[in-house]
Amino acid sequence: MTGKAASQAWSSHEGAAALAAPASTEKRRAFDWRILLGFFLPIAIALLWEAAVKSGLAQGRLVPPPSRIIATLWGLAQTGELWAHTWMTLWRVLVGFVIGAAAGIVLGAMSGANRTIRQLLDPTLQALRAIPSIAWVPLFILWLGIFEASKVALIAVGVFFPVYLGIAGAILSVDRKLVEVGHVFRLSRIQLARRILLPAVLPEAVIALRSGLGLGFMFVVAAEFMGASEGLGYLLVDGQQMGKPDQILAAIIAFALLGKTADSLLVAATKPLVRWQDTVRERL
Amino acid sequence: MLSLEHLSKTYADGTRALSDINLTVHEGEIVSLIGGSGCGKTTLLRLIAGLDRESAGRIRLDDEVLSGPHPAVGIVFQEPRLLPWLSVSDNIAFGLDGLSAAQKKARVAHALEKVSLVEHADRWPRDLSGGQQQRVSIARAFVTNPKVLLLDEPFSALDAFTRASLHEHLLGLWEETRPTVVLVTHDVQEAVTLADRAVVMQPKPGRIFDELPLTLSRPRDRTGLPFETSVRRVLTALDHSLKAPQAQPQRERDRQAAALWW
Repeated sequence: MTGKAASQAWSSHEGAAALAAPASTEKRRAFDWRILLGFFLPIAIALLWEAAVKSGLAQGRLVPPPSRIIATLWGLAQTGELWAHTWMTLWRVLVGFVIGAAAGIVLGAMSGANRTIRQLLDPTLQALRAIPSIAWVPLFILWLGIFEASKVALIAVGVFFPVYLGIAGAILSVDRKLVEVGHVFRLSRIQLARRILLPAVLPEAVIALRSGLGLGFMFVVAAEFMGASEGLGYLLVDGQQMGKPDQILAAIIAFALLGKTADSLLVAATKPLVRWQDTVRERL
Repeated sequence: MLSLEHLSKTYADGTRALSDINLTVHEGEIVSLIGGSGCGKTTLLRLIAGLDRESAGRIRLDDEVLSGPHPAVGIVFQEPRLLPWLSVSDNIAFGLDGLSAAQKKARVAHALEKVSLVEHADRWPRDLSGGQQQRVSIARAFVTNPKVLLLDEPFSALDAFTRASLHEHLLGLWEETRPTVVLVTHDVQEAVTLADRAVVMQPKPGRIFDELPLTLSRPRDRTGLPFETSVRRVLTALDHSLKAPQAQPQRERDRQAAALWW
């Protein structure tokens, strides 16, 4: 106990950590409150718009009130259409994400770890990255047809680049001083990769995967615009052609919920791996 | 016995960091390398640790010529360099390979006790103060029972109070297995507190200027007159090393080293 007191005297940092432990339940309650704060703005805007349409201040034909959007969503959910479309979109993103992320991780790791491979690979990939991914669409359709393969390919391309860049950059920025610790204990190359490089790049790898997933959702819409008969992107196009803004907004909301859920799942799944990080976010 | 024979290090850009270093450190001896900045103290340590290659000369541990990191040589860096994703006890166990889980656990537990961090065993490095982190780092080096332990200004970033307590922890660990210790420092008090011999170095190129035996009995009383006298002796030598024009024999040796190198 005396040791603890003394160490608190040495460093306020340590003191803060010690104080945080017993206060954790209190902290949790405060945190919940902050989440609620995030809902305030969208709900307030929705209520205001609803009131404006109800009172006749606005027509609500092109910008339907929340009640009508919810009714449309409900209707689509009742007929099962919403789930079919959502599932289709999710499946495309998932397959594209897995392919793109796997390629990005493998090539990124090779390029980050080996100078020769980097000099061989990186210029070409950087040049390819400069091409707007949508520009591939005509080629993919010619090569892979108008069905699933071309859509998945486009999404995979979109996911690949942020993951590749993130992983290669993370490996290159691993602290030389920690690598030296590995050298001092005579770790082999494989041990060094497993015990030092891998854990060190994990936080940045998670960020790379998250931005990859975000781009995956961006590109699934582009892919579904180019002629799909199913998927949330199809709902958007259909809503435009049939003049149904409520359906467009319903699909947009579905996208928002889907994207956020997927991102949260990714964060939750990787959280145990990066729990050790000493970041501002962790401390707040 | 650790012996450095005609050791030189010239960097790729032509900087002569070390020139013809000859030094023998006996088993269980604590030698402190002291000198102004840029005199190659850290370079010397990195050569012994096998993190850099010497340009000329060789390093021997007993009858073995060292080339690269050696299991019997441990090092504590200026910064703790703990792996942030491992708990305190896993950090200490990092270098323990080829032991059973039970043996590892016992060794780590003992080391934790020695550096008084038992109650912090399962915490992350980020939750520790600077002094505590450096204690973990020292434990990590000691736990493999090295024959030679290299310390590269490990206490320089700490305040005087923390430093004094770390000196005690260090000597406590040293008493157990009595490894050979080479301590790099720029703090004369620290050298006199810990070392059996102070080796004063001189910059440009880095070389040994003088060696002073420190024969005070342990534990050393930092307030006593003998301590003060020793500190003054080292300070005087250090002063000369920085001021004095290069002594003739030293130059002669440099020329020989250069010949060897070319």
